[in-house]
Amino acid sequence: MNQPPKPNSFRSGPDEEGRFGIFGGRFVAETLMPLILDLQDEWARAKNDPAFKAELENLGAHYIGRPSPLYFAERLTAELGGAKIYFKREELNHTGSHKINNCIGQILLAKRMGKTRIIAETGAGQHGVASATVAARFGLPCVVYMGATDVERQAPNVFRMKLLGAEVKPVTAGNGTLKDAMNEALRDWVTNVDSTYYLIGTAAGPHPYPEMVRDFQAVIGEEAKQQILEAEGRLPDLVVAAVGGGSNAIGIFHSFLDDEGVRIVGVEAGGKGLDGDEHCASLTAGSPGVLHGNRTYLLQDGDGQIKEGHSISAGLDYPGIGPEHAWLNDIGRVEYVPIMDHEALEAFQTLTRLEGIIPALEPSHALAEVIKRAPKMGKDEIILMNLSGRGDKDIFTVGKILGMGQ
Amino acid sequence: MTARMEQRFADVAAEGRPVLVTYFMGGDPDFDTSLAIMKALRQAGADIIELGVPFSDPMADGPAIQLAGQRALKAGQSLAKTLELARLFRAEDQRTPIVLMGYYNPIYIYGVERFLADAIEAGVDGLIVVDLPPEMDDELCIPALEKGISFIRLATPTTDDRRLPKVLENTSGFVYYVSMTGITGSALPDPSLIAGAVARIKAHTPLPVCVGFGVKTADHARAIGASADGVVVGTAIVNQIASSLTEEGQATEATVPGVEALVRGLAAGVRAARLAAAE
Repeated sequence: MNQPPKPNSFRSGPDEEGRFGIFGGRFVAETLMPLILDLQDEWARAKNDPAFKAELENLGAHYIGRPSPLYFAERLTAELGGAKIYFKREELNHTGSHKINNCIGQILLAKRMGKTRIIAETGAGQHGVASATVAARFGLPCVVYMGATDVERQAPNVFRMKLLGAEVKPVTAGNGTLKDAMNEALRDWVTNVDSTYYLIGTAAGPHPYPEMVRDFQAVIGEEAKQQILEAEGRLPDLVVAAVGGGSNAIGIFHSFLDDEGVRIVGVEAGGKGLDGDEHCASLTAGSPGVLHGNRTYLLQDGDGQIKEGHSISAGLDYPGIGPEHAWLNDIGRVEYVPIMDHEALEAFQTLTRLEGIIPALEPSHALAEVIKRAPKMGKDEIILMNLSGRGDKDIFTVGKILGMGQ
Repeated sequence: MTARMEQRFADVAAEGRPVLVTYFMGGDPDFDTSLAIMKALRQAGADIIELGVPFSDPMADGPAIQLAGQRALKAGQSLAKTLELARLFRAEDQRTPIVLMGYYNPIYIYGVERFLADAIEAGVDGLIVVDLPPEMDDELCIPALEKGISFIRLATPTTDDRRLPKVLENTSGFVYYVSMTGITGSALPDPSLIAGAVARIKAHTPLPVCVGFGVKTADHARAIGASADGVVVGTAIVNQIASSLTEEGQATEATVPGVEALVRGLAAGVRAARLAAAE
């Protein structure tokens, strides 16, 4: 750490102020500043501490189940008739998604800082479940803020969190989605700053969260790179991941950012289309602004008021995006594209039937983009996609839409 | 610091009492009523007016101010219209300082240069921008100071002696001591703790220290005003406005007089404050 930025590297950010280009920063109330600076110091110490690294690796191997497999999707590849498609199977992790990678790391930090209470926000509930899980594992009380709309559409995860001993607080402000849950979690944090650790689930928020969450998730790309080299003897031509806040995407992207031959695509929630307000494509259809502690692309009106957005997937239903993605977009290293609700839904069914894998609706967006691109690529080309979560939580939502009710 | 702000603190100090700073949300429940409220605040004895700029995601505010912001936005309020409120008030009152209070994004989208020019033109004296800590001073604080607009910073119980100098470095106008950690509208803490905190801050700065968060009644104002240079009242005023509205959130005949009556009581409280200190 603290090495001078390498010229021509896309991996050296953020700077000391937490900026990726103009994005990132620390836009928080003064009450939180001392704590954020403490966290930054603790994180700087922890990441250079061999004992911390060893504990993280041990829990990764025996609690999460790392490394997650790299899987060649043979039938999907044959069906599409183009590039070879590989999945990084983060959905096989304990708790069913990539979210646990970050939660284990942050709860170890919380313990180091002597915090006695964990709060978290959640959209799809995957981060809430992962937070409740590590809180149970480390014996800390946990409060999860979740938009009331999401509580309803992600009922199985609400039940899991409660079983794990977490208190789930529904948030009715706004549309009752991830943005509103994050506001409420920040209010809790401001009020209980001495005792409480805020376990942010995505690579967004005030510095050092975007960098820290990325570093905890970067294991995805590090493993995948090694695994694809073992399987194919070369790097992939294309890496694809879904982007809500962007933690699974930055996790798999980061290792490949300096590999020139690797094209990288992030997939945003196009919702019901980009013409109206019912989407969450902050990079494709938003503009830079300041929210939740960082400057990034946001869905907002001409007065700087934040819009609510919409996605079929609760995990992508957020009107912002992590600041590193905003920067990667602006400098052109990563291409960001939208996928509509109905395309994600089709991809969800395709994978379920062809490969016997039920994906979450979030990576179903990435999959829909893969399904578009693979047939146009050569059979000798390789696509690597982050299959970031499993779809068990979504089966009721999807069943309802497909009319598969009892 | 603007001459207006300096003069007001000097005048009030000459009266031997703390200043009364009143907050309300611009555009709540609608533009015209809100202008009438602003004038009523002054009539009732407010010394400095904090004019809230509504934001869709007020992360540091409690339910009362969140709802006020939602009412204002629903009625069409914006940053531009909040500046217009200041301009209309200033046309009639050249002596009462106006401090805009809100979040950064509407200002960032408006454009910092353009915002500062329009704020000066509207007669704004200071800014409180909740989500711009000293680490972000280049964004707005420094440009505002260069234009002569005060940047008023919040200090909190988490602002320890190590951090206080950084918080005070570019603060001007006054220091706003938030008397507890938490969101706006929470309960009032022990006045003796506040007196200690005010003394701690004053050891670091010659600026006046105003205390807020939890001040609801004339008695609170009197108790806090005994040690502080000023008392900030926000949520109580916002609640008073809310309680006067129809179910649909429309103003009634009771809206403006209700605020005026509340603030008269608070103004009497600060005027009794130094007597209380002398007891």
